Amino acid sequence: MEEIYLDNCSTTPLFTEVMEAMYKAQLQYGNPSSLHFKGIQAEKYVEEARKIIAGALKASPEEIIFTSGGTEANNLAIKGLAYRHYRKGSHLITTPVEHPSALNTFQQLQQEGFSVSYMRIDQDGYIDLDYLKTMLSNNTTLVSFIHVNNETGTIQNIKNICRMVKDFNPNILVHADGVQALGKIPLRPGQYNLDALTISAHKIHGPKGTGALWIKNGVLLQPLFQGGNQENNLRPGTENVAGITGFGKAVSEYINSYAGKVANLHRFKHLFFQELKEKVEVYINGPELKQGAPHIINLSFPGIKSEVLIRSLEEQGIYSSPGSACHSRNNQPSHVLVSLGLNKERIDGAVRFSFSVLNTEEEIEYSAKQVAHCVKDLQKLVF
Amino acid sequence: MLYLIRYGEIALKGKNRKFFVDTLTRNIKESLQGLEARIISEHSRIFVEVNKEEHDEEVKHRLQRVFGIVSLSPVSTADLSVEDIQERALELLQSSHTPPFTFKVETRRANKSFSYTSPEMNKMLGAYLLKNMLNNMEDISVDVHNPDVELFVEIRGQEAYLFLESYPGPGGLPLGVSGKGLLLLSGGIDSPVAGWLCMKRGLQIEAVHFHSYPFTSERSKEKVKELAQKLAEYSSSSINLHVIPFTEIQKEIQLHCPKELSITVMRRMMFRLGRDLAQILRAQVLITGESLGQVASQTIENMHAASIGVDLPVFRPLLGMDKQEIINKSQTINTYDTSIKPYEDCCTVFLPEHPVTRPKLSRVNEIEQNLDVDALIEKCLHNYETFTFKLTRQHTYI
Repeated sequence: MEEIYLDNCSTTPLFTEVMEAMYKAQLQYGNPSSLHFKGIQAEKYVEEARKIIAGALKASPEEIIFTSGGTEANNLAIKGLAYRHYRKGSHLITTPVEHPSALNTFQQLQQEGFSVSYMRIDQDGYIDLDYLKTMLSNNTTLVSFIHVNNETGTIQNIKNICRMVKDFNPNILVHADGVQALGKIPLRPGQYNLDALTISAHKIHGPKGTGALWIKNGVLLQPLFQGGNQENNLRPGTENVAGITGFGKAVSEYINSYAGKVANLHRFKHLFFQELKEKVEVYINGPELKQGAPHIINLSFPGIKSEVLIRSLEEQGIYSSPGSACHSRNNQPSHVLVSLGLNKERIDGAVRFSFSVLNTEEEIEYSAKQVAHCVKDLQKLVF
Repeated sequence: MLYLIRYGEIALKGKNRKFFVDTLTRNIKESLQGLEARIISEHSRIFVEVNKEEHDEEVKHRLQRVFGIVSLSPVSTADLSVEDIQERALELLQSSHTPPFTFKVETRRANKSFSYTSPEMNKMLGAYLLKNMLNNMEDISVDVHNPDVELFVEIRGQEAYLFLESYPGPGGLPLGVSGKGLLLLSGGIDSPVAGWLCMKRGLQIEAVHFHSYPFTSERSKEKVKELAQKLAEYSSSSINLHVIPFTEIQKEIQLHCPKELSITVMRRMMFRLGRDLAQILRAQVLITGESLGQVASQTIENMHAASIGVDLPVFRPLLGMDKQEIINKSQTINTYDTSIKPYEDCCTVFLPEHPVTRPKLSRVNEIEQNLDVDALIEKCLHNYETFTFKLTRQHTYI
């Protein structure tokens, strides 16, 4: 049976080239901090990757701090900035639709005495800018939000948010979680006037366990861990040389070999939805087709529980996720979809399909047909 | 290390005693496979001698899970002379406890030809220990009411046994003496406890699970396997889990039966499958985790409707237990953490809002006319999978 992987927001398969680059890097077992030749060799791998990634963000290499992934980068940005700038104020602003790695970090800061305010979002997941303006105060030090929502694909207008915040007070720092944005939409953190941006390798066919924080030159940050002086004293620990190499390779593959294919993603999404709409009743959770991220579509079908549909699709070799993969192991409804104001049936039924540059048009068409087929089959049982 | 093993109830079994003790001995032997330990059977006691120190803990762990064992103690042996008993007692105490502490000696003289009575031995041993335990005598003292350490001495025909501690076994009867049962294992809290309680009364068990993929997940099957593994720790050897695909029956029921009776019909199908599988496995009884009145399907009427067509006894050992009691038990036997993992079983996915608590049998029979019951049962029974879970080593060292 053919396998069609449509859960690329959860993670993506490695590019073959990435695997090869990582294998090569693994053979260089040196520690980048060592003085001898072995160390220098390993250091070269790390610095090469740093250059590639910085280049892709139109940033400079010293602005990239490698971490163990998006979760650590979000923790480093949010805690690191909140702690380091505590003397200027203790008011932090975020949204209710963050990834758990940000949401739970803010909750901890709140317990430690910071005051955390949550922005308002509309039914498509967009931040209410007028309301945000009223939230800013002299005590505010950090505004943090998810750039492309991992459940709904909502893309926030980074430029407008930064402009508004910086107009109010240029010293307020702005962090964006760009994990789902990298590779899918243009990312120019410097141009947007951002201060920090989280990215991760395994969402763009790189390895798990590797991510990075872009931090604007001159912005001060308190490290999460104590240790050696790697990564500009901001992230101690012997570098994950192979992982970082793989991250760099994934980014360069994206730029060089797959640039044209990113444009396909939008087309896939439209095709997928149109095919479905012709055959079954279907609702989009989140922004309308044209506006959302090119690779994410979150759908509900009347009467169908997401888990059952997902497993029926799995029997056909098609992999998808309930509302958000991060919630699939507990029975809590997705906090993101709750924030959108959706009713329980819509939330229980939400299935997220997410595409990648490795998918083909045939796969998308075939999957849409199978989804429609499964939905009809299951609806017979529940009605 | 030498463990002394005590068994209770079995000793009272009159003419069947030999059968019970032999089964227990065989179960102990089987459960210690792969470990450097041998069994010494003697009169009304069983000893297990462990020949490799790093196996001590594992042997203890396993013995505590052999049904029929009431308790066990690591013991030292001494010759039947006061001097030897005194020396061994001193060694035992010195190697296990550092002063200061209070202690008490408790002698039992089973061998009445031994020349001192129990109280005499208590006194002599106590005095000897006080005098010889380290240099500073003030650090230890005798306290007969509330001692820190109790030294037990059993004087028997050939030898004397000395021990400080006893560990509880699970009690009950040796596995297998009561026959064989088939446990309907769902993945919830109750059914593993029901299985364990029947094992405790000497029933060897196999388990059956009904799997409704894609209505229930692959993970829920993994969860049931994990539960079978937990029960296997008490099996002396292994437990078989049979997984019967139930999706087709589930679909037919959803399509052809009124919602409020779907659970009743579903359970009837499960009992039928259980009955037929029991016949294949030569199991004599079905075991379920039902507790009277716990949920809508556990009323007298629903239980009756479920098992009326089954010509086997059905054991429901949890019938009189409250939920909290069941939870407590599942924590003791270590199945609770697995049972509460949040994967749905087929009962929860299709749970109608208002299931009937008092179904009329005539109506149920009428509804089942819509299903080709025999064909469905036969088809399911053709496709079941069997997994075997073996007793595994819990204590390993690098």
